Amino acid sequence: MSNIPSELKYAPSHEWVRSEGDGTFTVGISEHAQELLGDMVFVELPEVGDEVDAGEDCAVAESVKAASDIYAPISGEIVAINEELEDSPETVNSDAYGDGWLFRIKASDESELDNLLDAEGYSHTIDEE
Amino acid sequence: MTSKTVLHAKHLEAGAKMVDFHGWEMPINYGSQIEEHNAVRTDAGMFDVSHMTIVDIEGPQAQAFLRKLVANDVAKLTVPGKALYTGMLNEQGGVIDDLIIYFFSETFYRLVVNSATREKDLAHLANVSSDFDVTVTERPEFAMIAVQGPNAKAKTATLLNAEQQAAVEGMKPFFGVQVGDLFIATTGYTGEDGYEIVVPNDQAADLWQQLLDAGVAPAGLGARDTLRLEAGMNLYGLDMDESVSPLAANMAWTIAWEPEDRDFIGRDVLVKQRAEKSTDKLVGLVFEEKGVLRSGSKVIVDGGIGIITSGTFSPTLGFSVALARVPRSTGDTAQVEMRKKLVNVKVVKPSFVRNGKSII
Repeated sequence: MSNIPSELKYAPSHEWVRSEGDGTFTVGISEHAQELLGDMVFVELPEVGDEVDAGEDCAVAESVKAASDIYAPISGEIVAINEELEDSPETVNSDAYGDGWLFRIKASDESELDNLLDAEGYSHTIDEE
Repeated sequence: MTSKTVLHAKHLEAGAKMVDFHGWEMPINYGSQIEEHNAVRTDAGMFDVSHMTIVDIEGPQAQAFLRKLVANDVAKLTVPGKALYTGMLNEQGGVIDDLIIYFFSETFYRLVVNSATREKDLAHLANVSSDFDVTVTERPEFAMIAVQGPNAKAKTATLLNAEQQAAVEGMKPFFGVQVGDLFIATTGYTGEDGYEIVVPNDQAADLWQQLLDAGVAPAGLGARDTLRLEAGMNLYGLDMDESVSPLAANMAWTIAWEPEDRDFIGRDVLVKQRAEKSTDKLVGLVFEEKGVLRSGSKVIVDGGIGIITSGTFSPTLGFSVALARVPRSTGDTAQVEMRKKLVNVKVVKPSFVRNGKSII
């Protein structure tokens, strides 16, 4: 069973969201998602300043096995991206919830967070797969 | 129903992620496919290939049978142990399977064929052999371990006895020798030095453990695929199948056209295709930007449309490479449909890495 930290929120499409406490939210993919994808070889990220809508595909995680779209879990402006992944995409495999983060969004409507799953809810969606 | 090789428990012990591979429960990786790939390119790795089918051909007409069965000519084999890569074809000149044939004598050969095609291969062997005085014997009592990489031979040597060491000492590529209980061959599917070792089932787990203790890294089917693709070696079912001529699969070198009176199965069709240059050809594609070429993608070349038969990220090169079947009119660039857009790729010979180095 993969690790699902309880302090994070999750989208059914396997992104996690962490509140930074200043209206910005860090996004990555879950440990379960990186396990499914296998060794990551490229990560394509949005640009800082991009406006994204919840559910919009805004990044790509490409592994040896497959390319997978990453969806913005909430709407807002991209305020930071993890440039380290350019040279070390494998960090997404080794530290999915830490150094393997993808981008940070300044939320335009924090109530959208309520649409996301908590750790328990997310673990149920994985069980059903 | 899924079958398990005799090394199944050793895979689980090593933390393998197991997948169904054409009815066999096999390791896809033991954690990281890329690390396993790199172990083979820079040191030594080992694969359980016990799922592959070993078939011995014995009898007074063994040579005559194989000269009919396959596109290459086993009469070229005169030194005991010498191996030959070729395809067995159907009457339409399509590839039923690709295989390695080891020569022991004109009355005794060993074939190693794919596992995914086992049943149709055995049926075809039974059918063609009925006209010849030969026996066709599958050898499921053997397991097979491929040890590959620049240090594979040296690490294997540490666990061979004196007789075995003497037998493999200086053995050239594409040879095999039976010594004691082991059949040790200098063949492989990675583009690296190494051995493929056929071992009785009840000794396989011990041999695996000894190799592990000698510092050989277990490697799964994932790494096996990226390694063989970098080396430009075909995978049956992707790069060719019964609808594909060997001339369209970079297998022209595995066809013996001489002597002209050798009537192997599929010959008439191939002779015509060769004269008319009517088949597509297999090329290599190189994409040095972000993104991975994937099998099934459309390839646009000068004068027509082709298809990627196998594509991957190349861990050795750091970018994506692919094998593609395209019209012969292709130039040295092409366009590939990748995630809804067209990208430019280089067209090269279908071989990318040999002995750890780029050969593009």
